[in-house]
Amino acid sequence: MTAPAVQHASPAPQPGPSIPAWTWIAVFTRMLAIQGAWNYETLLGNGIGFCLEPALRHLPGGPHGPAFKQAMARESTYFNAHPYLAAVAVGALARAELSGVPAERIERFRTALAGPLGSVGDRLVWAGWLPFASLLALAAFGLGARPLLVVGIFLVLFNAGHFALRAWGLRVGWKHGLAVAPSLGTPLLRRGPAHLARAAAAAAGVAVPLAAARVLGGSHVMLATVLGVAAMLSVVLIRVHGRVEGYKLALVLIALFALISVAR
Amino acid sequence: MRELLPLSLLGGVIGLDVVCFPQMMFSRPVVAATVAGAFVGDAERGMLVGVVLELIAIATLPFGASRYPEWGSAAVVGGAIGATLHAEQGGTITIGVLAALATAWVGGLTLVKLRQWNAFLARRRRPALDAGARGAVIGLQLAGLTSDFVRAALLTAIGYGLLFPLAAHIQSAWTFSGPLSRSVVVTLAAAVAASAVWTIFHSARGSRWYFAGGLVVGLLLLLGR
Repeated sequence: MTAPAVQHASPAPQPGPSIPAWTWIAVFTRMLAIQGAWNYETLLGNGIGFCLEPALRHLPGGPHGPAFKQAMARESTYFNAHPYLAAVAVGALARAELSGVPAERIERFRTALAGPLGSVGDRLVWAGWLPFASLLALAAFGLGARPLLVVGIFLVLFNAGHFALRAWGLRVGWKHGLAVAPSLGTPLLRRGPAHLARAAAAAAGVAVPLAAARVLGGSHVMLATVLGVAAMLSVVLIRVHGRVEGYKLALVLIALFALISVAR
Repeated sequence: MRELLPLSLLGGVIGLDVVCFPQMMFSRPVVAATVAGAFVGDAERGMLVGVVLELIAIATLPFGASRYPEWGSAAVVGGAIGATLHAEQGGTITIGVLAALATAWVGGLTLVKLRQWNAFLARRRRPALDAGARGAVIGLQLAGLTSDFVRAALLTAIGYGLLFPLAAHIQSAWTFSGPLSRSVVVTLAAAVAASAVWTIFHSARGSRWYFAGGLVVGLLLLLGR
């Protein structure tokens, strides 16, 4: 983790500039499209510039001034982060640019912040909150919920966390500017992934048999057989992890099953 | 095939959600396949396909530059096929899932191409980007979003257009019973989900006990019904 390096290199935040509410709405809305031009060379870089653009218009000289153009050029270069936690960077960089922090300090900050925002966000969201919300929706399905409720549970639950995380990131980034690194040590980000992992594991235990039972719609004997074979197959999949992707194996085996069904 | 155009547009919007905009995860299979099923008149069967796909998709972690299947448009194709085929014949869910898995695999390849396309566009606009031209930054972003929408809509159109007639043909020759067909696909999905749960969560202390506890609760709920 490079977060401590950011902390030492960063000054305490000065009383910051102010931005109209409308600009914040524009920045927040653009953050939903931060990965719009994601590519293998600059990754999220263009998206950062895109999100910051409404805020940078408040630089001296406006959108046609040299300060705006220099900031846009600086902020549209390579950057990597989790798309939701990139809000921390957007807030902090907006404050730094509008406070007139020297370019080299901003560039150092960008470099140092990218790693932690990527790894923390991946563990918290992609490997925690998303599977947890998904498994809860599957459990609801298994308990007999109708389509609208299943979809609603997933979307409301997941997006409550999603939007809260983006809003929190933008707020702490703007509040602390280049001194934002300690905020990444908040208990939510440090211990949250482990708690979520345990919650998701429990949800998986509930959801998998219930969901399987409802799709099968058959007897307990059939369900027991399916779960037993699935357990054995999962052990094999764990052993070959990294060499075989689960969805590709499922694709091949279901295709074979279909072929046999049609050809026999 | 009157549903092809609206389904393609739906696939475009849902495919866009996977990476580009707004990442609210309505591209998850359990949502996308249910919505696609509702589009063609049977949300319930769309959801059955979506649930099986969701179990399989738990294994997919869309970390940074990693390559992964594109579940959004694929779930639209699979959910719509599963909901459109004759329910009384066997293999409906199985064929829908098969169509979705094939589309997801191809969709993952199209995402790689999209990212290469975005990089090409960024290289072409490099002088303007280096000069801090806001038009170049915004233009690149809009070009990326548009390209992704077109990619996903085309993928859905081609996937559904090719696979639906094939699926109908396969179903007409399907010989296994409905229960057997569903049990095979559920076994595979549950196995992939269980192995994914282990792989993703086993490093968290005590997670295996949480899983075991959840399993006991789940089985008790089943027995109590």
